[in-house]
Amino acid sequence: MNQAVPLPVLLPLLAAGIKIMLGPRHPGLQRVISVTVLAAVLGIAIALLVEADRSGPLVARLGGWAAPVGITLVADRLSALMLVVSSAVTLCVMVYAIGQDMAERGPLTPLSVFHPTYLLLAAGVADSFLAGDLFNLFVGFEIMLMASYVLITLGGTAGRIRAGTIYIIVALLSSMMFLVAIAVLYAATGTVNLAQLSGRIAALPPGITLAAQVLLLTAFGVKAAVFPLSMWLPDSYPTAPAPVTAVFAGLLTKIGIYGVIRAQTLLFPGDALRTTLLVAALLSMLVGVLGAMVQVDIKRLLSFTLVSHIGYMIFGVALGSVAALAATVFYVLHHITIQTTLFLVSGLIERRGGSASALRLGGLARTAPLIGVLFFVPAMNLGGIPPMSGFLGKLGLLYAGVRDGGPLALVLVAAAVVTSLLTLYALVKVWNQVFWRAPAGLERKENGGDGGGDAEDGDEEDGDEEDEEDAQSASVRLPAAMVGATVAMVALSLAYTAGGGPLVDLTGRTAGELDRPHAYVRAVAPEGPP
Amino acid sequence: MSASVTLAAAGGVLIAAGVTLLLERTLSRLLVGVLVLSNGVNLLILTAGGGAGRAPILEKAPPGVHPARPMSDPLPQAMILTAIVISLASAAFVLSIAYRSGRQGGDDDVRDDVEDRRVARGRSELRAQIRARRREYRRLRRERRREARRARAELRERIRAERERRAVDDPTLYGDDADGGAQGTGGHDPDGTGGAR
Repeated sequence: MNQAVPLPVLLPLLAAGIKIMLGPRHPGLQRVISVTVLAAVLGIAIALLVEADRSGPLVARLGGWAAPVGITLVADRLSALMLVVSSAVTLCVMVYAIGQDMAERGPLTPLSVFHPTYLLLAAGVADSFLAGDLFNLFVGFEIMLMASYVLITLGGTAGRIRAGTIYIIVALLSSMMFLVAIAVLYAATGTVNLAQLSGRIAALPPGITLAAQVLLLTAFGVKAAVFPLSMWLPDSYPTAPAPVTAVFAGLLTKIGIYGVIRAQTLLFPGDALRTTLLVAALLSMLVGVLGAMVQVDIKRLLSFTLVSHIGYMIFGVALGSVAALAATVFYVLHHITIQTTLFLVSGLIERRGGSASALRLGGLARTAPLIGVLFFVPAMNLGGIPPMSGFLGKLGLLYAGVRDGGPLALVLVAAAVVTSLLTLYALVKVWNQVFWRAPAGLERKENGGDGGGDAEDGDEEDGDEEDEEDAQSASVRLPAAMVGATVAMVALSLAYTAGGGPLVDLTGRTAGELDRPHAYVRAVAPEGPP
Repeated sequence: MSASVTLAAAGGVLIAAGVTLLLERTLSRLLVGVLVLSNGVNLLILTAGGGAGRAPILEKAPPGVHPARPMSDPLPQAMILTAIVISLASAAFVLSIAYRSGRQGGDDDVRDDVEDRRVARGRSELRAQIRARRREYRRLRRERRREARRARAELRERIRAERERRAVDDPTLYGDDADGGAQGTGGHDPDGTGGAR
C-alpha cells in the first residue's frame, strides 16, 4: 500500500503531459483521460484513507532513500481525508467544466489549455497534502499556484488579467515568505523533514521558534485568506470562470488551512500565538460576513462568506484541544464541499439568468426550480441550519469553545453565532431577490429604472463584461453534465449528515493523531529522530 | 556552523529593495521586485547552509570512521536551484501578463479594484454633492448680501431724492441760491458770458 502514496501526484502529472502532447486534437479522448484519471485518484485516495485509518500513517520513500535524506510522502489520516474530499471535488468540477465547455464552445475556456492545467492543479494539491517535508510542501504549493495563475487568467480578458495580476503578486509574495521560513528553520535545525523538525524545534530557543512560526503562519495565512491578509480574495476570485472559482474557493484556501493545522500541531505545539490567532479568527468572521451582507453580485458575496468562514477553522486550530481539532477537520471537509457547490450553482444561475448580479435576476424559482433547490440546500447548510453538516461542524466548534472557557474563546463563540446568523441573512437576501422576486417587477426596474438603479447597473457592467458575452452566446438549456455534477456535490454534502456518526468518529481519531504526533514521527523515521 | 554576515545582510537588503518595488503600480517594476526579492531569499537559504570553503562531497574515509573534514551541505543548494526554476517560471508568466495587459490597455499599470473604484466614486459623488451645496449656499448668501446692499443703496437714494425734493419744495431751506442761479444766468449777465456765446 505504501507504493500507492505517490500515485495521486503522479497520475495527474502524467495525464497532463499526455494532454499537452495531444494538443487540441482528439477533444473526446482528452475528456475521457481527465475524468478517468481524476476518478482513479479518488479511488486511490479512498483506499489510502481506509489503510491509514486502520494501520497508521503510510510512508513512501522516493528513490528508496530513508527519511532524513530522501523525500518522503506521508499519508496519515488528515492527509488522506483531505485528499479524498479534494479529489471528489476536483472530479465533480471537471465534469461540470466539461459540460460547460461542450455547451459554450467559446474561446474563453480553451480545452487544450484548461485540461492539462487543471490536472496540474490537482497534482499540486495532492502533493501539498502528502508532502512529508517542508520544502516538498513548498514545491506542491508552487505547482498548484502556477496552475492557478493560468486558470485565473484563462482567456486573457481585461478583467481577468487585472484580477489575476493581484492574485499572482500576492501569491508570489507569500511564497517568498514561506521560503524565508524554510531558510530560518533549516539554519536553526539542519533539516526540512516535518517529522525531524517536530523533534528538533522543541529544543530551539523560544525567540527563533516564534520567528519561524510567525513567518510560516503568515505565509499560510495569505493562502488561507485569514482576515488582515484576505483582501486579495474577494477581488480576484469572482472574475474567473465558474468551475475555476469553485475549485479555487473549495481547495486553495483549505490548503492554507491544512498548512496552519500541520504547523500548529506537528511543528509548533503549544500556545505561543494562541491569542493572535483567536483575534485573527474573530476579525475574519466579522469583517468577512459584514462584507458579504452588502454585496449584490452572487460570486462576490460568496467570496466574502468564504473569508468569514475561514475564521471558524482558525478558531478551532487556535483552541488546540482534541475536540476543537476534530471539529475543525470536520468543518474543513464540510466547507470545501459547500463552498464549491455554491460557486457551481452560481455558475448555473449565471447561465440560466444571464447575470450573477442579484439586481438583475428574479423569479428563478418559477422558471428554474431545480436551480432553486440546488442553491437552497447548500445555502442553508452554510448558514448552519440544524440537520445539515454546517450545523454539526459549528456545534462541534462552539462546544469546544465553551469547554475551553477562556474569555476570548467565549467572545469567539458569541461571534461565531452572530456570523452564522448574518451569513444566513446574506444568503436569504440573495435567495429572495434571485428566486422569489417577481420577474415582472424586475423588467420594469430595468427598463424605466430610477437614477440609483441605473448607477448600480453601470457599476456592474465594468465588472463582468465577459459574463455578459457568455450569457448572450449561451443557450438557456442547461447541460446535463453541469447539473449532474452540482447534484452530486449537493448529495455529497448531505452525505456528511447521513454518515455523520462514523465521520465524526473518523475526524475524532484524526484529531487524536494530530494531538499526539509520535505515530507520525515514528512512521517516517522508524529508528527515532536522530 | 558559521554563516557569513555579509551574505545575510545582502539578502536582507535585496529583500527590502524587492518589497519596495512591489509597492509600485506598473507590472514591469513589480516583476523586477519579485526577481530581486527571490534572489534575496536565495541568498538567505545559502547562508543557512553554513560557511564556504568546504569540500563539495565526502572525502574517502574507511567505513565506520567519521570523515575528518566536514563537507559542504548540498541541500540548500538543491533548494536554491528549485527556487530559481520556480521564480523563472513565475517571471515568465508575469511578463506574459504584462504583455497582455499592455496590448489591452496600452500600459502595464495595475488597475484599481472594482469595489475600491465604486467606493471612491461614491465618496467623490458625496464630495461633489457637498461642494454643490456649499456653492448654492454661497450663491444664496452673496445674493442676499447683494440684495441688502441694493436695498441700502435704494434707501440712500430715496433719502437723497427726498432731500432734493424737499429742497425743491422749500426754497427757504437753502436760500434762493439754486433757483435764482438757474434762472438768473440769462438775466444777470451784462457782458461777459453773453459775449462769449
